[in-house]
Amino acid sequence: MGLSGLEIYKQLPKTNCKECGMPTCLAFAMKLAAKQAELSACPYVSDAAKQALDAASAPPIRLVTVGVGDQKLEVGNETVMFRHDKTFYHAPGIFARVKDNQADAAAAAKTIADYKVERVGLQMAAAGVAVENASGDAATFAAAVQDVAQACDGALILLSKDPAAMAAALPAVADRKPLIYAADAENWQAMVELAKKHSCPLAVREAGSLSALASLAEQVTKAGVADIVLDPGARSAAANLAAFTQLRRLALRKNLRLVGYPLIGFPGEAAASAEEETAFAGQQVMKYGGFIVLDHFDPASIYALLTLRLNIYTDPQKPIQVKPEIYAFGEVDQNSPVLVTTNFSITYFSVAGEVEASGVPTYLIVSDAEGLSVLTAWAAGKFDAEKIAKTVKACGIADKVSHRYIVLPGYVSTLSGEVEEELPGWKALVGPREAVDISPYLRRTWPTIVGKR
Amino acid sequence: MPVTVEVPTEKWAGKVIEVKLGATKEEGGSRAGTVTVGGETTLPFLTFEGGIPNQPVVAAEVWDVEPADWSPVLLEAWGNAVKDPVVWAQQAAALGAKLIALKLRSTDPDGQNASPAEAAATVKRVLAAVDLPLLVYGPGQAEKDNDVLVAVAEASAGERLALGLCEQSNYRTIVAACLGNGHVAIGRAPIDVNMQKQLNILMSDMGLPLDRILMDPTTGGLGYGIEYTYSVMERLRFGALQGDRMTQLPLINTVGEEAWRQKEAKAAEGVPEAWGDLAKRGLSWEMLTATSMLEAGSDIVVLRHPNSIGIINGVIAKLMGR
Ligand code: SF4
Repeated sequence: MGLSGLEIYKQLPKTNCKECGMPTCLAFAMKLAAKQAELSACPYVSDAAKQALDAASAPPIRLVTVGVGDQKLEVGNETVMFRHDKTFYHAPGIFARVKDNQADAAAAAKTIADYKVERVGLQMAAAGVAVENASGDAATFAAAVQDVAQACDGALILLSKDPAAMAAALPAVADRKPLIYAADAENWQAMVELAKKHSCPLAVREAGSLSALASLAEQVTKAGVADIVLDPGARSAAANLAAFTQLRRLALRKNLRLVGYPLIGFPGEAAASAEEETAFAGQQVMKYGGFIVLDHFDPASIYALLTLRLNIYTDPQKPIQVKPEIYAFGEVDQNSPVLVTTNFSITYFSVAGEVEASGVPTYLIVSDAEGLSVLTAWAAGKFDAEKIAKTVKACGIADKVSHRYIVLPGYVSTLSGEVEEELPGWKALVGPREAVDISPYLRRTWPTIVGKR
Repeated sequence: MPVTVEVPTEKWAGKVIEVKLGATKEEGGSRAGTVTVGGETTLPFLTFEGGIPNQPVVAAEVWDVEPADWSPVLLEAWGNAVKDPVVWAQQAAALGAKLIALKLRSTDPDGQNASPAEAAATVKRVLAAVDLPLLVYGPGQAEKDNDVLVAVAEASAGERLALGLCEQSNYRTIVAACLGNGHVAIGRAPIDVNMQKQLNILMSDMGLPLDRILMDPTTGGLGYGIEYTYSVMERLRFGALQGDRMTQLPLINTVGEEAWRQKEAKAAEGVPEAWGDLAKRGLSWEMLTATSMLEAGSDIVVLRHPNSIGIINGVIAKLMGR
């Protein structure tokens, strides 16, 4: 968090010389706090004060980058404990683990890195692959890391506590900026040298206590590594939640720089099954994970996990909305059905998806409901007959179709009377409640309605 | 120089109200035991700084008619059990459910339109077959809900059922039926902190004590607005711990219903390959919806898939550090 005006004032010369253009040092400090001035405008500020103020204006949780180019993953820079306080900014990277002594490591890595899925127009994917030195052998590790790197272009995490194995693996992949995992109480000096030599971010693992973790992180920082990721070593779901919560609080609320870094978790290590792993990974998505390394990679659970991540990292202040207007699907003509829904993105995309799947050319009128779903908007009075009528009139559908039927979402069937009142000459039909039932409705129910005309 | 870090803890003044479900013989009911939810003096699962005297529980959703429009994954998993609410409830109990959420869908006026008396008899049959506390839901149509739930409340007086749903536009009859027959009421508001508080005020103004109300904040399914529910629940629980009385009720989420009605939990064909296997996908959808709601403060998650019951029981135990 930024400093207050008073905290900044304490660091200024307090001579009120006015050279910064402000009448007093205090006024200048207030401008600085409001980020409306630059510290360099004061020629008399001491070097020590400059350093202190620079450090204080750095984000409380450092933004750490793993990977390069298109595959770059940036994690950190978070400012709140709860998404409703503002928003969460940098979604955690989801990685899957392969072992260096696993026969198909390269192929498995390729599957993971190639995984892509689209949702509400956004591409979702795993961040990359974590290669573990399970063999304990440096040459095996180096070979496997190289194979994996060649097979896939995702971000990489190298898992080994042996500096010799790390040193053997790094040269071939250092330009991919992998995360080195991990420095611990025993090996940290050697790991720090490797991180510095290859300019790679370094994970610091210490399971003893948060004090021990902070001490180790301090040593690593002092030795010259700035890009750090922390592992408090807690593995059980309860201990992990406690540790992640405490570290986030220390960074945000106590401004403790020593632990102001992204966190890494391994949800599979405390899970009794692949299903439990998914649940615990979900917990880390919600509660402060930065890098999440999975032991199972199954599209069916990854898709659900990536969807959760998308939801949790949506800015609560900006619900994703689509433009309220008329959308045409397929080769529409004057006999095409006309559906109505709200401009909440998820509502729109689920309706649009089903309309598309039905193969029936259809008009979809999106009514402005302030980005809320049908039921919520209706309950909040944002999706009523008047609003619907207004959109219908404004969008010009009357010139596009020769019939006068408009299909309302099933959940707002009670609105049909009022809609007909607001739109003389139109008949309001009650459509399906769920998007899933739109296709059968368009294919079977709609023809019987127009047939009866 | 070793650094000493003081573990930051938060002490809260407020406490979630404890709501007891079910009544034993001595208490005027017929349950083998009761289930108490609520009582937290800390945020979800943060037991290092406060108490969670009653861990969240799993309720299994059971219908009194075969649910024709359910995902094929669910119908296959339950098999013939869905043909009889008694068998279904017994199997759910055997799988580890702590509560049975019985939906009286047979009374749907657009469906079988069973009478309130028939529905009340179904509830008695299920009560006789399992000794867990019951949550009982009407068909979801205001007038019929009222008729059905009044009949159920009277026929099972003293069992301390949880009856739902009370909504701002329709709560008086159900609250009165709870009041007169010793039951608990479930109030649902549309994902909104203030509307939830308003509903709690309306319900308690009728004389229903707060320890006989559960809050249903309306559950958004994963990918379908779950983040709205998540944040409203976090804010409600925050309010509760800060001492705002009208937010201090336990939370219940209809997880299974919301997760399994989505295309992601239903469609096997015509979907991208990246969605993976339908059965696993549906289960993941329900599990992650449940985990999210638990993490946001849920006290009761109502689930649909038989395997979810055991999995989420395990997840809860581990989150509780057991
Ligand atoms: S230039 Fe520096 S010393 Fe002079 S008034 Fe401004 S802040 Fe104070």
